[in-house]
Amino acid sequence: MLAYIIRRVLYALPILMGVNLITFTLFFVVNSPEDMARMQLGAKHVTEEAIDKWKAERGYDKPLLINNQASGIATFTDTIFYDKSVKLFAFEFGSADDGRDIGYDISQRMWPSLAIALPNLILGLLAYITFALLVAFFRGTYMDVGGVILCVVLMSVSGLFYIIGGQYLVGKLLHLVPVSGYDVGLESIKFLILPVLIGVVAGIGSSTRWYRTIFLEEIGKDYVRTARAKGMPELAVLFKHVLKNAMIPILTGVVVILPLLFMGSLITESFFGIPGLGSYTIDAISSQDFAIVRAMVFLGSVLYILGLILTDISYTLVDPRIKLS
Amino acid sequence: MTVIKHISSWTCLVFVLLLAGCDEKTWNNPYPRDDANKNILYSSFSERPKHLDPIKSYSASEYTFIAQIYEPPLQYHYLKRPYTLVPLTATEMPKPVYFDKAGNPLSLDIPAEQIAYTIYDIHIQPGVKYQPHPAFATNEKGEHLYHELSLSELEKIHILDDFVQTGTRELTAADYVYQIKRLAHPKLHSPIFGIMSDYIVGLKEYGQTLAKAYETLPKQQDVAYLDLQQYPLEGVQVIDRYSYRIKVNGKYPQLLYWLAMPFFAPMPAEADRFYSQSGMAERNISLDWYPVGTGPYMLTVNNPNLRMVLERNPNFHGEAYPTEGMPDDIETGLLEDAGKPLPFVDKVVYNLEKETIPYWNKFLQGYYDTSGISSDSFDQAVKVGEAGEVGLTEEMIEKGIGLSTAVATSSFYMGFNMLDPVTGGYDDRARKLRQAISIAVDYEEYISIFRNGRGIAAQGPIPPGLFGNRQGERGINSYVYDWVNGMPQRKPIDAAKKLLQEAGYAGGVDAETGKPLVLHFDVTGGGPDDKALLEWFRKQFKKLDIQLMLRNTDYNRFREKMRKGSAQIFMWGWNADYPDPENFLFLLHGPNGKVKHHGENAANYDNPEFNRLFEQMKNMDNSPERQIIIDQMVEVVRSDAPWLWGLHPKQFALSHAWYFNSKPNLMAKNSLKYKRIDPILRDEKRKQWNAPVVWPIWLIIIGLLLAILPAVVTYWRKEHQLPHRQARLD
Amino acid sequence: MSIIPVLLWTDALLFFLVLAIVLAVFYARGKEHLAAPWRQVMRSRMGVASMLVLLIYVCIGVLDSMHYRKALPSQENAGEQHYSAEVLSVLDLLMGPIKDNVETTYSAPFATHAFAREMQQLPDGQQQRIYPRLKYAGIHLDDPQTDRFADIFSRSMMAVLSGFLGLLMFALLLVLWLSKRQSKSFKEMFNLVVRGRTEVPWRVLLLTLGIMFVLLCWCAMLGSKYHILGTDKVGQDVFYLAMKSVRTGLLIGTLTTLVMLPFAILLGIMAGYLRGWVDDVVQYLYTTLSSIPGVLLIAAAVLMLQVYIANHPELFETDAARADLRLLFLCVILGITSWTGLCRMLRGEAMKLREMDYIEAAVAFGVGKSKIITRHILPNVMHIVMIAIVLDFSGLVLAEAVLSYVGVGVDPSMHSWGNMINGARLEMAREPMVWWSLMAAFIFMFILVLAANLFSDAVRDAFDPRLRK
Repeated sequence: MLAYIIRRVLYALPILMGVNLITFTLFFVVNSPEDMARMQLGAKHVTEEAIDKWKAERGYDKPLLINNQASGIATFTDTIFYDKSVKLFAFEFGSADDGRDIGYDISQRMWPSLAIALPNLILGLLAYITFALLVAFFRGTYMDVGGVILCVVLMSVSGLFYIIGGQYLVGKLLHLVPVSGYDVGLESIKFLILPVLIGVVAGIGSSTRWYRTIFLEEIGKDYVRTARAKGMPELAVLFKHVLKNAMIPILTGVVVILPLLFMGSLITESFFGIPGLGSYTIDAISSQDFAIVRAMVFLGSVLYILGLILTDISYTLVDPRIKLS
Repeated sequence: MTVIKHISSWTCLVFVLLLAGCDEKTWNNPYPRDDANKNILYSSFSERPKHLDPIKSYSASEYTFIAQIYEPPLQYHYLKRPYTLVPLTATEMPKPVYFDKAGNPLSLDIPAEQIAYTIYDIHIQPGVKYQPHPAFATNEKGEHLYHELSLSELEKIHILDDFVQTGTRELTAADYVYQIKRLAHPKLHSPIFGIMSDYIVGLKEYGQTLAKAYETLPKQQDVAYLDLQQYPLEGVQVIDRYSYRIKVNGKYPQLLYWLAMPFFAPMPAEADRFYSQSGMAERNISLDWYPVGTGPYMLTVNNPNLRMVLERNPNFHGEAYPTEGMPDDIETGLLEDAGKPLPFVDKVVYNLEKETIPYWNKFLQGYYDTSGISSDSFDQAVKVGEAGEVGLTEEMIEKGIGLSTAVATSSFYMGFNMLDPVTGGYDDRARKLRQAISIAVDYEEYISIFRNGRGIAAQGPIPPGLFGNRQGERGINSYVYDWVNGMPQRKPIDAAKKLLQEAGYAGGVDAETGKPLVLHFDVTGGGPDDKALLEWFRKQFKKLDIQLMLRNTDYNRFREKMRKGSAQIFMWGWNADYPDPENFLFLLHGPNGKVKHHGENAANYDNPEFNRLFEQMKNMDNSPERQIIIDQMVEVVRSDAPWLWGLHPKQFALSHAWYFNSKPNLMAKNSLKYKRIDPILRDEKRKQWNAPVVWPIWLIIIGLLLAILPAVVTYWRKEHQLPHRQARLD
Repeated sequence: MSIIPVLLWTDALLFFLVLAIVLAVFYARGKEHLAAPWRQVMRSRMGVASMLVLLIYVCIGVLDSMHYRKALPSQENAGEQHYSAEVLSVLDLLMGPIKDNVETTYSAPFATHAFAREMQQLPDGQQQRIYPRLKYAGIHLDDPQTDRFADIFSRSMMAVLSGFLGLLMFALLLVLWLSKRQSKSFKEMFNLVVRGRTEVPWRVLLLTLGIMFVLLCWCAMLGSKYHILGTDKVGQDVFYLAMKSVRTGLLIGTLTTLVMLPFAILLGIMAGYLRGWVDDVVQYLYTTLSSIPGVLLIAAAVLMLQVYIANHPELFETDAARADLRLLFLCVILGITSWTGLCRMLRGEAMKLREMDYIEAAVAFGVGKSKIITRHILPNVMHIVMIAIVLDFSGLVLAEAVLSYVGVGVDPSMHSWGNMINGARLEMAREPMVWWSLMAAFIFMFILVLAANLFSDAVRDAFDPRLRK
């Protein structure tokens, strides 16, 4: 087990290098260091010297990937890419282009993101499983057909409408919760109700349908028939056997996304004015702050790989027959 | 204890959701309930300020904060129009003294060419004190406590509040001199260093001196304190404790306007010393983060991810509300507080608000006191009346919302690149083409559709309210407008078609080659409104059968195109730095061309006649002679039509009934101190407007119950029918 | 007036796609194992109804992809003919009056007066702020206040009637054809169809078609006299905008898949079947790509393309060509971010198939690797590909809206639902609210996505071996 994890972590290194290289290339094809300098220095009265100074101070005056001027190993190490990438692997994100410490910002903004994502996940799971179980229980009746159609209808609505509509209805017309904003501590709850609710509702369609398929697959298995043949009531069969066994695919599906919850949701956060990591990333893209973009992409990749490893481990935990090799 | 209180209040809310009818009146209050009756003003910011250091900061969103904290020697009078400078920390308005090359004083009416340099002596008030700040903290011996911190001492420090001791000090003239010297600091990149080094004597060389000095400094982890007091600057000198002297090349009356900007605010050397210690920058403890000023407010919470808070400065020297204003200020109640001590509001909370719609909704609910006027994107979202006129709908009037408007000292124009072979050039053909387009693009319609009537179509480069702008019939652009019934009226489209024909493009086709005339509009798009905007422009050019192609790129590429001069038609804007026509006319000054001289003349307009007049007008004091020259200049550019003059935005501020002394002042950024609120009335109104509507929740619960009913029926049927079916199967 | 046809990149690809589908249908007709699941789709009521709706969308999309440019009136001294820079499509031609009736600014659905007051000079010289009459909508009415509802009602009735007539005609022809084909009497066949006892659910099909007919007639009859979904900020008909957006939505949904398919299939199967270093490389590739946040990748790529376009203005004769390239590029980049899922699935399936007896037998007989892949593995994973295509479609249509909203979607000058929603968010803050743009985008998108989802369900039921009974 330990050997497996170590191997997977080592395997992650080239992937992270690749991610880094791709981000770097994409970013600098679009933005030159000069663009970044102009962006930071503002619109009025910018002189060439100021730009050169800005670049030199932040180490953007070197060649991007390959330094032809240098010799030996320095050809690759005396470049912007090398300077800016190596520290990432020690999780030292450095400071943003405007001088703020990125690590500090991430540690601050992580919590609001989690505060939305976690309740969303837990409440969502509860709601979807209940709903899917109900639909599965009434399989073959018009309740089932109705439920599935409802799911498809809910699925066909763009997520944007849920947010726009929800904010308009609950926040503006009904005055039930603040329209947007955020606060620390328990004060935050009133701000979180609406985004979490919208998140749960927006997910009902696809998730319920997926869980229903899983349940139906389980119901079709022999042990369920045996249990039923023993005279077990239908509801007991569903809850005791089907739910228990269906939890394996459901939970492993959840484990993959677990680490990514940190990354936050781009649109929800900016719409509700929640200072999480999602809006942090979007802001960084629009203000062309390469340091933040790079840090966020790196973090995202690490978490994604972590999710994959966790999934593999969780498979072995729930099903001892699977061996990690 | 508070936690328990919160929990109980929230369990209460949950119960309320179920039972409907608790005593809590407003559920949607985004602020702590205890703050409801406090003298707190609520506002917002949409992006985090990049720089709070007054030497670097150069944008409206940053001035929102630092103009309340830092006090330059001068300020704009809050109520008087046209904008008038008055002393802030200075005791009186500085008077220029002119000198010739030999150093002999000259009389005031001497022509500008003969003036070699000008000296301004500025006297400041004694007794002005800085806000409490750890940089001033001293022990009994008078030694500064926090000026030589070791890294281990910094271990426990994360934010500025972690320094226990604070102190203060009296403001001296040396602080102002110190700040001006900082313009040339090699690490700071002040945006106005370039301009100022043309004027302030010796500043350019001073920059080189400092750069050299900085190189040789011993550095600890790449930071070092460069004590500017040790390096004298010829142009700026301390006379005594309360006076200093600025010496500028030639004549430069605009200097006084600069003296009202935070670039010229005082900076105590202690603060610079304090923040320059190694280990501070890593903790975000810097001047960009924690300003130190003498102003009415100080920044106490700086969390740009969430909120920024300004609180009353306990050491504020005191200032009184202006006692005189414009004639109708008495009527509108703007002089009711005359003579009362400033500031009125105890605390100002700025919340991060990225999207405009939530902001607007919260304003309507009473959670913001005023609909901010600084953000352009917000202006788009605000639709006051269905009609688009600057008036209030009944709903707004009912709520007691007030409105104040002002024409901004800015210009949004559409420019032609004068270097372009088709649209540029000074021959008749290109000029007539530009004039034809000027008529065809109907800016009145633009204003009514895209700005909800909040703007006026421009007649020339100088916005109204500035010296040099002419109103009435004499002020209209006779190439585009006719004077009909006492109002300017855009010339009919046939006039434009005729001009186009004269230019050799009859019917949108080049008479020489037979090719259709295709023009290129360089835009940066992506905003929600842009699609409609681009369609509209296309429609305007179609009136002349000119085909408009859109070249849409990101902002960086657009700026690059502008720098290289490969754009053809573009949109651009300018916000006045100071209320002087020079600040607008220089946008068309040839030696200020974007492509050749990296200046702000985006159209690359270069007309010798105009350039000559500009040099003449530039440093004149406002006088009838200056007006005559300006009239000539405006006539020249109207005829050449390098811009469609576009529009001057009319800014308006909506404010609630509990918000007083609101008068848009586009020059004075430090107007926060004049604002007053009535928190009791606010709380009342908030409760009245935000009564929660609970019946839909009941409806949903009933709906769910109804949905369960058939489920139960089905379940019952299933349970009872199952044995039968199975029996049959057997 | 002469015209010149314009073939944009996406047009070509769309036509290619349609052609490929038609050819595939003809090919599949002969092969029982291919035709059988499709027959099952055709037997499901949801399947046919949603397919019909999708077909109508596709028709709109195809009509809108037949582009041309009009010639400019020729000059005396012109040697050659010049063409307008505006690229039109056959759909524009068909919707002629709806496209051209551009008001000044907002007007509500079926309104005869503008949405906002305007300063107008009254005959007696006074100025007053009134709601001006629209330039095009409802001008045939003398007194809109009294006549409007009656007019709308009578026109609607006419539309319903003609729709029914059309349906009736079609139904009769269909029954006639069916009775000929199945050699039954007309009356017998008619009864079967009406009672829904036919193998293919013709009744559902006819009902759906009937609704479509009525809608079509209604839009045609009222659309030329009113703005049935109102007008937008610059006075364009919202119904027209929504119709023009159909093509964008369809292209994003289909071309993306088309672009990514070859990579996903080839790499997935190769990784799964060949294993070894190929597997390592492919796995590395898709793990790396999928671990970069999608929005970032798309944003960067779209910006990159803008740089390219800005640097090569001479390559684009028209705005349409420019917007089109961006659309195509968006499809490509969306494809790159979304191929990893399918690739992973195919790899897993190929790994399973590799162990199958018949493959091992083929290997034993010395059949080459490339032949095994094309002959044995590819046909056996096609059902997964099929399901993935239809499932992805709706997701991609929805993704377009979100991307345009974030600002990295299609060109701002292009008609798309995302752009409509994006514009509508400012309209929502108006007082009174301008709701019709948002609603139009919502309805058009909802119907397409709903149909696609229902269709994909039917396809999955038919193709998935686990669900096949």
